[in-house]
Amino acid sequence: MSGLSELFDMGGHGVYVWSCYAITLVVLVLNVAQPWLARRRLVNEEARRRRREVM
Amino acid sequence: MRQIVWLLFCREWRLAWRRPGDLLNPLVFFALVVSLFPLAVGPEPSMLRAMAPGVIWVAALLATLLSLDGLFRSDYEDGSLEQWVLSPHPLELMVLVKVLHHWLVSGLAMVVLAPLFGMMLALPVSVLPVLVLTLLLGTPILSLLGAVGAALTVGLKSGGVLLALLILPLYIPVLILGTGAMDAALQGMPVTGFMLWLGCLAVLALTLAPFAIAAGLRIGVSE
Amino acid sequence: MKWTFFHKLGSPKWFYDISGRWLPWFAVAAVALLAVGSVWGLFIAPQDYQQGNSFRIIYIHVPAAFVAQSCYVMLAVAGIVSLVWRMKLADVALKCAAPIGAWMTFVALLTGAIWGKPTWGTYWVWDARLTSMLILLFLYFGIIALGQAISNRDTAAKATAVLAIVGTVNIPIIKYSVDWWNTLHQPATFTITEKPAMPVEMWLPLLLMVLGFYALFTVSLFMRMRLEVLHREHKTRWVRDVLEKLS
Repeated sequence: MSGLSELFDMGGHGVYVWSCYAITLVVLVLNVAQPWLARRRLVNEEARRRRREVM
Repeated sequence: MRQIVWLLFCREWRLAWRRPGDLLNPLVFFALVVSLFPLAVGPEPSMLRAMAPGVIWVAALLATLLSLDGLFRSDYEDGSLEQWVLSPHPLELMVLVKVLHHWLVSGLAMVVLAPLFGMMLALPVSVLPVLVLTLLLGTPILSLLGAVGAALTVGLKSGGVLLALLILPLYIPVLILGTGAMDAALQGMPVTGFMLWLGCLAVLALTLAPFAIAAGLRIGVSE
Repeated sequence: MKWTFFHKLGSPKWFYDISGRWLPWFAVAAVALLAVGSVWGLFIAPQDYQQGNSFRIIYIHVPAAFVAQSCYVMLAVAGIVSLVWRMKLADVALKCAAPIGAWMTFVALLTGAIWGKPTWGTYWVWDARLTSMLILLFLYFGIIALGQAISNRDTAAKATAVLAIVGTVNIPIIKYSVDWWNTLHQPATFTITEKPAMPVEMWLPLLLMVLGFYALFTVSLFMRMRLEVLHREHKTRWVRDVLEKLS
């Protein structure tokens, strides 16, 4: 509907506004995902090490 | 106390003059960088005149950084830095003497050479005294702040580039004030405000930097 | 004086436990604040009479800038705590906060530049605010680079602490000189008109976004600090137990 496309266009400034919000979202998610993934990696490494010890 | 200062100063002086090439290199670098710009942008005097304050100051910044790289390195490597840290005399004072000597052989030399480069870059003779004065006030700040960076990176292999990365942001206020004074002089406006601010920063650096430098050295030596 | 709290703060395990309890709350708060703030700012708040819809970028640019600047001060505070009280947790905080601060500065710069295109017609202008942000980014890079260049962990912590303090002392000086530089070189066309006080419909979503950014900063910081604590205390019994329970 025209309302939605108007929303995305933002009077011609849509590109700027949405690219800003999109990039920021990526950066924020990255800043949370990276430590979370690194923690997963640490847990898995520790599990592997423990299995080796038991053997 | 005065004896220590004098002894240290003489030691630095003697050591420096054993390798005169090391003293000359930053100055040649200064000259080279200044000369690069006319080659890059063309010899049109009005353009050179507009660029001259910035070019001379940036060249002075980079040349100072170059000369700072080895400020503490040889002392670190032969163990005398450790002796300095352990000695009963205040490290801050000894560090101040070392930086003062560094300024005399690098910063002061650039101050002397600057009028020559100013003329090469089409600066009118009337503003050359302002150029000299801004550099006279500014180069001690550059030496002092740069020594903080040199102290924090002492003993690191990556030295030079890291030092530049750490120190150049801190140099920006001095750069702005120095070139601002020059631009004002070029337009015939008074420069006292700029000089006072530069003097302010110089005093601030003189009083505070030795503590940061000493702290950095203590950290670097304790490794 | 709650000295017991202070002493407890020196214990990594205590921090790990407490941050574990607080983390979900901060996370929920962050998501809620950012979601509500964004929707409000994007769709409900009115457009600016001069800049139109591109004004909505403010709801990201300003919070990011706030976090970027206060994070650097936090680094200096952590540095002082680390050097004066030798608290290892302060080292961890400094090391973990620096990259987040750098990212926030990057976001502030990028959104500032993108905002510039519809407003001034070009992506980059050397105005006082953007230039100060750029210098702040360099200051962050310096801290991160120095921390990575020194191989000894404790030496790296102390050196970056000193650098953070020196940098923070310089920040007001840099800010004033850049502001001054900007007025000296301000071309006549770039008059940043002083806006009248922002109406409630505009600063309320802004407040929500600022709080949301701070909450998310805390979430990311806690996550990184907890990870760093696990790495540092790897050999201890409690870490082994924690890792076992997680797998």
